[in-house]
Amino acid sequence: MGLTNRPERRVVEYDPRSQEGWVATRLDFLVNWGRANSLWPMPFGTACCAIEFMATAASRFDLARFGMERMSFSPRQADVLICAGRVPFKLAPVIRRIWQQMAQPKWAISMGACASSGGMFDNYAVVQGIDTIIPVDVYVPGCPPRPEGLMYGIMMLQEKVKRERMNDSALRNEMEPDPRSQLYIPAPTINELSEPFGNSVHQTRSGL
Amino acid sequence: MTAPFEIHHPGSADRNAPAPVSPRQVPHRGGAENPSAAQIKAKFGAAVRRIDVVWGETTVVVAPETVLDVIRWLHDDPSQQYDYLSDVTGVEFRDLEQPVEVVWHLRSLPHRRFLRVKVQLTKNRPLEVPSVWSIYKAADWMERECYDMFGIRFVGHPDLRRILMWEQYREGFPLRKDFPLRGRFSRAEQLRQALAANPEARYSLEELSIADAFEDLPTDMRQRLRGGERTGE
Repeated sequence: MGLTNRPERRVVEYDPRSQEGWVATRLDFLVNWGRANSLWPMPFGTACCAIEFMATAASRFDLARFGMERMSFSPRQADVLICAGRVPFKLAPVIRRIWQQMAQPKWAISMGACASSGGMFDNYAVVQGIDTIIPVDVYVPGCPPRPEGLMYGIMMLQEKVKRERMNDSALRNEMEPDPRSQLYIPAPTINELSEPFGNSVHQTRSGL
Repeated sequence: MTAPFEIHHPGSADRNAPAPVSPRQVPHRGGAENPSAAQIKAKFGAAVRRIDVVWGETTVVVAPETVLDVIRWLHDDPSQQYDYLSDVTGVEFRDLEQPVEVVWHLRSLPHRRFLRVKVQLTKNRPLEVPSVWSIYKAADWMERECYDMFGIRFVGHPDLRRILMWEQYREGFPLRKDFPLRGRFSRAEQLRQALAANPEARYSLEELSIADAFEDLPTDMRQRLRGGERTGE
């Protein structure tokens, strides 16, 4: 297969200047090793990316090698939300609620161009990137990404999980949206993130 | 067990008619006209504005105030029997002075006929046409979609509200030509309004008419529901 070499497995090192003792770092290593190798995905498939996701889970690419063979169709038992496909504004409260229903620790993968940025759907109906609704850990580019691409993204997420530290208090904070607007990042940032880019800047169909 | 509805078999109106074949060498304009078109013309006269045959399909443009009578007659009359409404949609053209069209696609299974009925609505008046929901129950969601996308009001529809966009959507009607592609509000405002919508407001599991389907449920589920068990959270 066209996979790049597997990233080097990182070993937790003891840094005497940090406040973490040997036991804490060993425990970190053990917990992270367990979490990283048993990520249960919550598949949020809305479009063609979900087909590639199914291919990734099927026998040829075999997501089970990463400890992910168990699709968790209940968000309460899931560890990683994989948003595969475009998210229209009508689905925004749905994916937000699914994310809030997932228990900590939890991560999110935005799979494909549409979930990451709106993709070609720079129109009135589609959210311009799900990072305006929920925090995203890994973006997988592609339209749709090949299964190898998704697996590379999953391995990146595993690397991220393996680097987590117990004494990082900011890590497990639930991101609370603003109670009035329900937005968790400021409105100007959302507008900036949703700006058209590439060819769609020159689209003239918006005005009549 | 008898079916609660009448079963229509294709071509049942004339059992001696030859088996249908796919048409070949169909001209762009002026092919064989659907016989219903001439019969509508004979019955409704001046209400019929135009009859076109394009690629073998017949289009009848009628006056907006008569369209309900025409479609009702097409559905009820034994010589027509248009028993299947396959689509209701709207068309807006790029030229601003062109009228908005509402299109009904009708099919007669017994006679093996297809007919397109059109109505032209001038833009200087409110876009209103009569609803055909009283004739075809299938028109319910199609007319809601047409209202959602074009803002055409179907007078007489029992529950005319948005179907694709959420109900509190305030930006307008997305398929109208004066609607900007990216919507009217900023992205943050769009997202804020979308997140404020409650997806379970009308579509909760309880609301999906368990009451209607109660008799069809399995016995154990009926007993559990009688005992007060509820789905959902």
